[in-house]
Amino acid sequence: MNETLQATVKKICEENGNDRTKMINIVKSVQKKIGCVNNESIDSIAKQVNAPRVDVEGVVSFYAFLSKESKGKIVIRLCNDVVDKIKGVDKVAEAFCDELGIKMGDTTSDDTFTLEYTPCIGMCDQAPAALINDTVVTDLSPDKIKKLISDLKEQNDPSKISFPKGDGNNAHELVNSMVNNNILKKGEVIFSDFESGASLKKALSMKPEEVIGVIKTSSLRGRGGAGFPTGLKWEFTRAAKGDRKIVMCNADEGEPGTFKDRVILTERYDLLFEGMAIAGYAIGSDAGIIYLRGEYLYLKNFLESMIGKAKENGFLGKKILGLEGFDFDIRIQMGAGAYICGEESALISSCEGLRGDPKTRPPFPAQKGYKNCPTTVNNVETFCCVSKILDIGAEKFVQIGTKGSTGTKVLSISGDCKKPGIYEFPFGVTLEELLGDAGAEDVQAVLVGGPSGQFIASDGFKRKICFTDLATGGSIVIFNKQRNMLEIADEYMAFFEEESCGYCTPCRVGNVLLKKCLERIIDGKGEPKDLDYLNELGESIKLTSRCGLGQTSPNPVLTTIKNFRSQYESIIKEKKDGMQPGFDIKKAINEAENLTGRKSVIF
Amino acid sequence: MEKPKLATTSLAGCFGCHMSFLDIDERILKLVELVQFDKSPIDDIKEFTGQCLVGLVEGGCANEENVHVLQKFRKNCDILISVGDCAINGGIPAMRNDLSIKECFEEAYLNGPSVYNPSGVLPDDKELPLLLDKVYPCHEVVKIDYHLPGCPPSADTLWEALVALLTNKPLELPYELIKYD
Repeated sequence: MNETLQATVKKICEENGNDRTKMINIVKSVQKKIGCVNNESIDSIAKQVNAPRVDVEGVVSFYAFLSKESKGKIVIRLCNDVVDKIKGVDKVAEAFCDELGIKMGDTTSDDTFTLEYTPCIGMCDQAPAALINDTVVTDLSPDKIKKLISDLKEQNDPSKISFPKGDGNNAHELVNSMVNNNILKKGEVIFSDFESGASLKKALSMKPEEVIGVIKTSSLRGRGGAGFPTGLKWEFTRAAKGDRKIVMCNADEGEPGTFKDRVILTERYDLLFEGMAIAGYAIGSDAGIIYLRGEYLYLKNFLESMIGKAKENGFLGKKILGLEGFDFDIRIQMGAGAYICGEESALISSCEGLRGDPKTRPPFPAQKGYKNCPTTVNNVETFCCVSKILDIGAEKFVQIGTKGSTGTKVLSISGDCKKPGIYEFPFGVTLEELLGDAGAEDVQAVLVGGPSGQFIASDGFKRKICFTDLATGGSIVIFNKQRNMLEIADEYMAFFEEESCGYCTPCRVGNVLLKKCLERIIDGKGEPKDLDYLNELGESIKLTSRCGLGQTSPNPVLTTIKNFRSQYESIIKEKKDGMQPGFDIKKAINEAENLTGRKSVIF
Repeated sequence: MEKPKLATTSLAGCFGCHMSFLDIDERILKLVELVQFDKSPIDDIKEFTGQCLVGLVEGGCANEENVHVLQKFRKNCDILISVGDCAINGGIPAMRNDLSIKECFEEAYLNGPSVYNPSGVLPDDKELPLLLDKVYPCHEVVKIDYHLPGCPPSADTLWEALVALLTNKPLELPYELIKYD
């Protein structure tokens, strides 16, 4: 075995305390150092941290950003989300391929460049976008590729290329990114004025139970999509037995079309940290973890520095605001490119250094979460709401929004509209209103809540964004009348097929079957019964899947059939002879004809 | 009134479903009071003599002849029933679906541990139907009206289903008949 490699791996493992729960960090560091995590390094890591080899290999094979094979020094990951496709990513891909002389998925012969696709990287408002190593490049167009590649060749490091700086903190030296916030509408909660430390001070003047009481009075519900009452979750976590309790922030926004957490993290990190500290005080925890999606690595140094500043100000760390016995610290755990890790139990698995598999529930994270400690997992925006609630008071907070859905919702709007970006609306806003604000014309469909949400047709544009009508984690994607809804549903099914963790059969197999049938219909070989089949299969997948992914993944198909049925019916033909239009006998015997060198005498 | 006609066939199956069908024992006498057997291995009628009410299909489609027979069944039977797991899922024959035909041939006729084939000739008589790229369940080739699962479906299942269909009564299968472990 290669001794330098072994020494490198040993050093990295030791830096992580030979702690197998830090597996993601270990394998990421190894990959950064030697370009991949090959079999040899997997062997050494397993030996070094005393874990079964399969655990290490399981992690490496699970996450999209980890690889057993060596890639080019510069990996260009082009986002092929539906919105990027609308904005012309195919032409950009072509330009990249031409310029580098390779196909998508390949590496140049000198091992400098690797070109591949990646699902939504949270830049839909400035699509097409790509991740070049850890650097985000936005607003790509075919004419920019030639210069970009020549710059990359010259600098040999994407972070050294001088791009125009983005707005707000994107221009901060520690972020140094061309990403733009595009905050187009500021609401009363997240993007309003806030005095750092004020709400934490108020919280610490109350008893922890009283803080939970305030949150319950505010009727705050989780902003990640599922909408679980936050106060209740905290109460469960506080009441759960356990020596140590954990506050976890879900900053793994992976739902295609969602990018609001990115902007909140860039601009309102103070609200977030404070909200997490308040949660720590309320449930009795001294440890907070922000699980940051791998795509947002460019924010890590900045956020860590801001955590440092908050410590200096006494908002985090030991004896917070001078209160004896209340310590609370936050660390950042990076993800490595897996949509499923946005599901809270998968997120916990990932933090524990495991594959991002969802866990069986019960026990719920509030009972047994991270390393079996009672854990509250909340969305970035939820924590920010907490800070604001403590600041303005629950009574004032409930006056914003609607009765069952208090406060505001930060929406990421993208797709076919003139003004894509971040909009903070009070709950209860109608689709019509937000379409107007976003400058969307000729709208055929609005995808509310990303592909795991629903496609709404124009007869539903008076419907409201709120938990009792259209619930969403923040993703709003607009499609105009030129778009083919079946093809869009098919694209999203491809996403789910790829992102299914594979643990349970309904999700692993069912989504593939859904997509196959949908493809057949798009191919003009559908029959009327296929729609019943799709509905039935989709409902079965939703009913029997183990976690939220499978419980929502059939939605692109189900909600387009429901709301755009005529588009399906227009290409489905009833065949009277009882033969299946999807079966092609010529294709089925082609291989045997070639192999035997004789033609069929029957067909 | 003329008795309705019943046809049966075994495509890529093992004839186990037909054996199970014969296990209805003396009830076959009652069955011939209800139906007249047409094309079927049971009476060895090779071609359809006319339109049938019911067709029972065992086995999936592994070769072009299977497809040809199945399509004929669809044309000549008002109600087509997939009988058994091979017809419904492809079954054991579908285990080759992850391999190419070439790989299957090489394993079966050249490289398999028990193969003795010094001349290395692969069977290629023009009488042999061409294999399909994979084994298809019947409902992917033609429309199937009903599915009777089981490997094989028990004689009682087949009997109850046929009688219910022929006498136009609702089918009530007790749990024991549709439980497979």
